[in-house]
Amino acid sequence: MTARVATPRTAPTPLVVPPLATVRGRAGAEPLRREGPAKLTGEALYTDDLVFPGAWYGATVRSTEAHARLDAIELDPAFDWSSVVVVTAAEVPGENVVSSIDDDQPALVPVGGEIRHHAEPVCLLAAADRETLRAARARVRLRTTPLPAVLDPLLSETTFAHYDVGRGDLEAGFAAADLVLEGTYRTGHQEQLYIENNAMIALPRPDGGIEVHGSMQCPFYAQKALKRALALDAVRTVVIQAETGGGFGGKEEYPSMIAIHAALLARRCGRPVRMIYDRHEDLAATTKRHPSIVRHRTGVLGDGTLVAQEIEIILDGGAYSTLSPVVLSRATLHAGGPYRCPNVRVRSRVVATNTPPNGAFRGFGAPQVEFAVETHLARVAEALGISPLDLRRRNAYREGDTTPFGQVLRESVAAQEVLEQAAEASDFATKRALTAHARAERASGPVGRRRSARGIGMALGWHGNGFTGSGEAKMGSVAAVELTAAGEIRVLIAATEIGQGTKTIFPMLVGEALGVAPDDVELARPDTSAVPDSGPTVASRTAMVVGRLVIEAARRLRAQVEAATGRPFAESYAAYAATHGHLRVDQRFEPYPDTSFDDATYTGDAYPVYGWAACVAEVDVDLDTFEVAVRDVLAVDEVGRVLHRVLAEGQVEGGTLQAVGYGTIEEIKLQDGRYLNDRLSTYLIPTALDAPRIRTVLLQAPFSGSPHGAKGLGELPMDVGAPAVVAAIADAVGAWVTELPATPERIMATLGSSAAAS
Amino acid sequence: MNGHAGFRFLLNGESVEVAVPGMRRLLDVLREDLGLSGTKEGCGEGECGACSVLVDGMVVDACLVPICQIDGHVVLTVEGLAPRGAEPAMLSPLQAAFLEAGGAQCGICTPGMLMAARAYLDHGGGPDEDAIREAIAGNLCRCTGYTKIVEAIALAADHGADAGPFPGASAGG
Repeated sequence: MTARVATPRTAPTPLVVPPLATVRGRAGAEPLRREGPAKLTGEALYTDDLVFPGAWYGATVRSTEAHARLDAIELDPAFDWSSVVVVTAAEVPGENVVSSIDDDQPALVPVGGEIRHHAEPVCLLAAADRETLRAARARVRLRTTPLPAVLDPLLSETTFAHYDVGRGDLEAGFAAADLVLEGTYRTGHQEQLYIENNAMIALPRPDGGIEVHGSMQCPFYAQKALKRALALDAVRTVVIQAETGGGFGGKEEYPSMIAIHAALLARRCGRPVRMIYDRHEDLAATTKRHPSIVRHRTGVLGDGTLVAQEIEIILDGGAYSTLSPVVLSRATLHAGGPYRCPNVRVRSRVVATNTPPNGAFRGFGAPQVEFAVETHLARVAEALGISPLDLRRRNAYREGDTTPFGQVLRESVAAQEVLEQAAEASDFATKRALTAHARAERASGPVGRRRSARGIGMALGWHGNGFTGSGEAKMGSVAAVELTAAGEIRVLIAATEIGQGTKTIFPMLVGEALGVAPDDVELARPDTSAVPDSGPTVASRTAMVVGRLVIEAARRLRAQVEAATGRPFAESYAAYAATHGHLRVDQRFEPYPDTSFDDATYTGDAYPVYGWAACVAEVDVDLDTFEVAVRDVLAVDEVGRVLHRVLAEGQVEGGTLQAVGYGTIEEIKLQDGRYLNDRLSTYLIPTALDAPRIRTVLLQAPFSGSPHGAKGLGELPMDVGAPAVVAAIADAVGAWVTELPATPERIMATLGSSAAAS
Repeated sequence: MNGHAGFRFLLNGESVEVAVPGMRRLLDVLREDLGLSGTKEGCGEGECGACSVLVDGMVVDACLVPICQIDGHVVLTVEGLAPRGAEPAMLSPLQAAFLEAGGAQCGICTPGMLMAARAYLDHGGGPDEDAIREAIAGNLCRCTGYTKIVEAIALAADHGADAGPFPGASAGG
C-alpha cells in the first residue's frame, strides 16, 4: 500500500490549540526561510566553499593509542620538509589549552606529556597542496611509551563532576511503597552527524592577530579559546561564522580546538590555512553523546502513585572534561522524569576514560536519563498491571508541583496536556488493546506463521530551557538592535543559523516589536568584531533567551524614535535616521522575575521554564530476524508559542528522527579505546526509507518570562523518541530492551533471557 | 595542467573543457576547477549523497566518479536548476516547493537532495510517498527527518515541476 503525501497546501498538519493556548500568525502568513533561496541555488557559502587565494591545507597528526607517554615526534629525515610547515605544542604562543570549563585539554600533546585517547591531536602540518600534505603526514612518527588504559567507566578512578542531591525521606518512601522495582539502563555513544564536516579557515592579520572563518555554533567560544592559546586580545581575534551545515551540539565546543589549530598553522605559514575535516577524521576524533549507565530503584503505591525514586547516573566523559560537568548537571536535574515524587535521591558522576572526549549533543544529558526513567516506569506499570498511560496520568507534573530540587512549577506546565493529546491523536488505548490481543494469540500457539509483530509505545518528557541554574545570569548575554544612518534596521546577535531558523525568526520578532515587516529587518553576520556576545547557540536558548533580548532592545529603540518624532516608528524611522543618524540599543540579560538557583545547595529554579513532549511510536518487529521497522511516530510538543510553524515542525521532525536513530541503529563500537566504525559506511543513520512517517502536533502554553511567550524547542523531541520506540518493541515482543540502541541482537538476547527466567 | 588530456562535457547546458588528471574526482573538478561550489562533499565515499549530480539524467555521487568517465557526457548540478538569466532571479518550481514546504534546513544536503528529486520527477515520478522515499534513499539528511523533503517533492510533482526536457540533447565531447 502506498500513501499519498499530504502537502502543505492540501492538508496542513493541524496546529492544535488546546484551551491553554493562544495562536498568533497562521502558517500562510509566515515568511519563507530567509537564507533558503541561497541554499537552494547553491549560492550559500559554507566554509569549504570559501576561496582564499594562496591558502595552504592543514592537517592534524593524531595519536594511535588510547594512553601513552609521548616521548618524541620524529620527522623522517629522508623526506623533504622544506615545503611543509610543522607545528607542535612547543610553538603554542599562549596557554596550551582548549578553553572550556576545567581547561584540562591541551591544543596539542607536548613531548613528554600524556596521550590520553586515540585520535588525540599531537602535531600540525600545512602544505601548499594536498598531495604534499598527505606524503608528509605519512613521514611523521610518534615515539611513545604505552600506559595502561582505563576503558570501562565503572573502573575509572577519575571523576570530573558528581552530585548527590534530592529531597524527602527515601527510606520512608520505600517503606510506604506497595511495589519496589529496580532496573539498570545503558546507552552508548551517538554521533551528531551533521552532513557538513567540521571546518575552519584561519587568516593571519597584518596586526599580528588572526581571523577565522568556520562552521560553528558559538563564535565567542572560539574567540575565547583563540585568545588564550595565541595570547591575543579580543580586537585582534576575529571569528566569523560561515554558513553552517548542521551542528546538533557537535559544533559547540569542538570547533574551538580546530580554530586554534588552523590559527597556529596560519601564523607560522603567514598565509591562510584551510582545516577541513573529512568524514573519517570527524567521526574518529570529534565529540559524541556521553554513554551512560543509569540505575533506578522506584517505590510506588498500588494505584501507581510514585513515592520514592533512587537514581544513580554514571556518564562516560572520555579523556577530558569538555562540557561534561554541565551535561551531568542537566542529566541529574532531568533524571526523575516529568513526575511528582516526594522522596528522591539522585547520585551522579561523570568519569574519565581513555576514549575520545564526549561533549555536547542535542539534549545534553537528558536523552540518556529520560530513556532510563521512561523505560523503568513503563516496567513499573507492567508490574502493577496498570496501563503506562494511566501511570503517567497519575504522576505527571501539574502546575504548582515541586521538583526534587525545590523548584515550584508555577506556569506553562503542560505535561498532562501533551500526554492526553498524544493518547487521543494516536488512538493509543485502542491500538494497544489490539497489539495485546495479537501478542496473546501468538503466545497461545501456532496461528499460522506470523513473521512480524506490531507494537505501540509511548514516552513523556520534559526539557529545561536555557542554561542550567545560574548559568544565564552569570553569562550576562547582550543583544542589540540598531538603526543605521542609512535607515537600515539591523539585529546584532551572535546567535548562529545552523538550520533551525535563526535568520528567519529574528527579523520576525524585531519586525513585530517595531511594527515593520520582517523583510525590513536585517540580521548582522555572526562576527565577533561586529556583534555583541549574545551567548552560545545551545541549550534551546536562542528563540527564548536571545529572542527576549532583541524584543526588549527593539521596544526601547522604538520608544526612543517615537519620542523624538512623535509618530509611529514604521512611518518615522527613516526620517529619524536621516536627521539624527545612527541609533543602537543594547540589551543585557536580566534574570527572569522571581527565579533563583543556589549552586551550593543545588536547589531552586533549575531552569526558568520547561518544554513538554510526548511521543507515540508504532513499530513492526520481524519475528525471525528481530529487525525493527519504525512505521509511524506521533510527536506532541509544547513550546510556549509557535513562532513559525514550518520551522518549528521541522525541528520536531528532525529531532524525532535523530531520537529514533538513537533508539534503533546508531551505535559506536570500540576496540582498545578506538572507534571501530568511524566511517559513514559503518556508522549508520536513518535514510528516508528507514524513517517513519512523523506527525507533529504543537501545543502552546505561553511563558510569561518571554515577551513573545516562546520557550525552547530544539532539544525537546530528542528526549522522548528512543523510549517510545523501546516501549513499542516491548509491546510487540513482550520483553524490555534496557540498552540503546535496541538492535536485533539485543532484542533477541532479551527474549532469550526472559524465556530462561520464566 | 600541462600534460593532462582535456575532458569536454556539457555542464548545465554549456560546453566546458578541463585539462586535469583523468582520475580527478568530478566533485573536485566542479568545485575547485570550475568554481561551482553548490555541490557539497559530505563523506567522500558515496554514502551521503551530498555530492549528487545528474550525469545524462541519472543521479551519481560526484565523489566517486573520475572526470575521465564524464568525457562527452551531460552534467547537471544545482547551479543549473534555476531558470538562467531571469530578472529578477527565479527559483525553479522544485526549488520553490522546497522553500515553501520547509525542505531545506541547514542546507548542506539540499543541493544533492534537489538533484535526486529532479531525476525522480524527470523520470515521471508522482506525489507518491513511498516512491519519493525510495528516490531519495541515497541522500542523507540529519535536520528534517525527511518529512518536509518528501512533502516538497510531492508538492513539486503535483505542480508538474521542472517538467522540461533535460537540457542538452547532445554532449559537448
